[in-house]
Amino acid sequence: MSAPLLEVSGLTKRFGGVAAVSGVSFALQPGRIVGLIGPNGAGKTTLVNLVTGVHRASAGSIRFMGEDVSGQRPFESARRGLSRTFQIVQPFPQMTVLENVAAGAMFAAQAGSRGEAFEQARAHLDFVGLGPLADRPAASLTLPSRKRLELAKSLAMRPRLLLLDEVNAGLNSAEIVEAIELIRAIAARGITVMLIEHLMKVVFSLCEELLVLHHGELIAGGEPSAVAKDPRVIEAYLGTQYARRMAAA
Amino acid sequence: MIATEISALRRPLALFAVLVLALALTPVTGNNYFTQQATFIAMYCGLALSWNLIGGYAGYPSFATAAFVGLGSYAGALLQNAGVPMVAAWAGATAITGVFAALLGLGILRMKGHYFAVGSISIVEVLRLIASSWSGLTGGGEGLNLPILPGGPAFAGKVFLYAMLAVMLLAFLMTLWVERGRLGFGLRCIQQNEDAADMVGVDVTRYKTAAFTLSALLCGTVGAISASWTAYISPGDAFSILLTLKVPVMVLLGGAGTVLGPVIGATSFVVIEQAVWSRFLDYNQAALGIVVVLLIFFLPGGLLGRLAARRLKTGAAS
Repeated sequence: MSAPLLEVSGLTKRFGGVAAVSGVSFALQPGRIVGLIGPNGAGKTTLVNLVTGVHRASAGSIRFMGEDVSGQRPFESARRGLSRTFQIVQPFPQMTVLENVAAGAMFAAQAGSRGEAFEQARAHLDFVGLGPLADRPAASLTLPSRKRLELAKSLAMRPRLLLLDEVNAGLNSAEIVEAIELIRAIAARGITVMLIEHLMKVVFSLCEELLVLHHGELIAGGEPSAVAKDPRVIEAYLGTQYARRMAAA
Repeated sequence: MIATEISALRRPLALFAVLVLALALTPVTGNNYFTQQATFIAMYCGLALSWNLIGGYAGYPSFATAAFVGLGSYAGALLQNAGVPMVAAWAGATAITGVFAALLGLGILRMKGHYFAVGSISIVEVLRLIASSWSGLTGGGEGLNLPILPGGPAFAGKVFLYAMLAVMLLAFLMTLWVERGRLGFGLRCIQQNEDAADMVGVDVTRYKTAAFTLSALLCGTVGAISASWTAYISPGDAFSILLTLKVPVMVLLGGAGTVLGPVIGATSFVVIEQAVWSRFLDYNQAALGIVVVLLIFFLPGGLLGRLAARRLKTGAAS
C-alpha cells in the first residue's frame, strides 16, 4: 500500500461547548473514491471545512502528501491541490461561466498567463458539458448547471484530492445518473475523490470505501458492503429497513 | 484573443487621450480660470481612478480618500519646509502614504461592508484630530505655510496642471495594469464572493491590501501637489469629509469597476459643480446629497452602465 494522500488524526472541532467533530482519524489512499456518510448534523461539512482550512481545528492534525497542513488557510489548501465544492454552490455570479473556471486555473493552479488560464478553463468546461454556456453569466445557470460549474472550477484548480460536498443534492434522477458518470470520469483522471453524499444509490455505485460519521465521531469505516451491515451504522443512519433491503439484494 | 483585447481597449484609450489633450491645452486656449478647472478635473480623475481600485474592483467602500490626501499634504509640506525640493517632496509624500495605507489595510480590511466604510471614514477624523492637536509638528489649527513657487501665477498654474495631469495619467496606467492582470481578476473575484475567491486560491488578504495601498499612493501625491499649489494647509481643508464623500460619488456616477467610468464621472461632476452648484453656494452640499440619491435610484451602474445597457437593448432589437 502506498503512502496515504490525506492523513487525519485525532481531529476535533469544538464550537463553544459543542464538539462538531471529535477525535476523528482516518487515512485516504490515492486514486480512490471514498464516501463520507452520516445523518444530518453529523459533522461532515465541518470535517471538510477543517481539512480545507476554513475552520481551524481545536485539536488533532491533518497531513496532506506527508506535509502538516493543520494551520493552512483556504487559498493555501487550494494551491496545494486540495480542493472542494460547496453544498450551496458559490459561483462568482456576475462573471461568465468561463471566467469562473479560469479563476480556478489562474489562482489555484497558478496558470502562467491569463490566456493560458482561459484556455484550460475552456477544456474543463467541455469536459463537464458546459462548453456551450461558456459566455453566459454564472448567475443565469440552472441548479444542475451550477453544480457542473462547481466541478469544472474545482478541476481547473488541478486537485489531487477533490472533496465533493453533496454535489447531487437537488438533482433529479436523470441528472444524478449523469453526475455519477462525471464523477467516475474525474476519478479516472487520477484524482482522489471524497464524496459527501446522502443518496445511497450514488454512494454504493461509486465508492470503494466508506467513512461513517455520527455525532462528530467516526463510527465505522471500510468496504461499503461491510459498512452497510454494521449494526451501529444501521442504527445511526441507514435504518433497519434499508439494511433488510440491502441483505435481500 | 490579444487582438480583440486591444481593439476593446481602443475606444477608452482614444477617449482618454482626447480628454488629457484638451486639459493640457487649456493654458493655450483659455484663461487662468480654465487652467484652474482643468487642474481640478485632472486631480479628481486621479483620485477617482485610485478609489476605483479598492471601491470598484475589490468592492470595498472606502471613505479613506481624504485621510490619504491629507496625510500626503502634510508629509509634502513638512518635507518641503525641511528643504526638500518640491518634486522630491511629492515623491516622499507618495511613499509615506503608501506605507501608511499598507499597514492600515492589514488592520481595517478585516472589516466588510458597512463596517469597513465606517472604519475607513474614522481614519479621516483621527488624522484630522492628530493634525490639529500636534501643534509642535503640524502647526495645529493655524496650519502650515509652504514656499510659494516663483515665476508668477500663470507659470505656477501650468506647473500644477501638468503635475495633476501626470497623476491622472499614472492612475490611468495603474488601472489598465490592474484591469488586465492577475491582480484585477483576483479583485473582481473578491468583489463577487470573497469566500469563494479564497477557496479558488486567491490570497485575499494580500490582494485587498495591495488594492488599498495602490488606491492610496496617488492620493498622497495629489495631497502634496495641492499643498504646494495653495501654499497653505490646515487640518480642516486637508482632511475634508466632503472630499472623502465626493470621490466615491464621482466613480459611481461614471461606473465603478471600469477603466473609463471614474474619468467620465469625475469630469462630469466637476463640470456640473461649476456650471450649477457654484451659483447656489449655500445649498452646495445639499445638492451633493440629491445627486447621491438620484444616482442610487436611476443610475446604479453609472453613466457607463447606462450606455452599455442601451447598447445591449439596441443590439437585441436589431
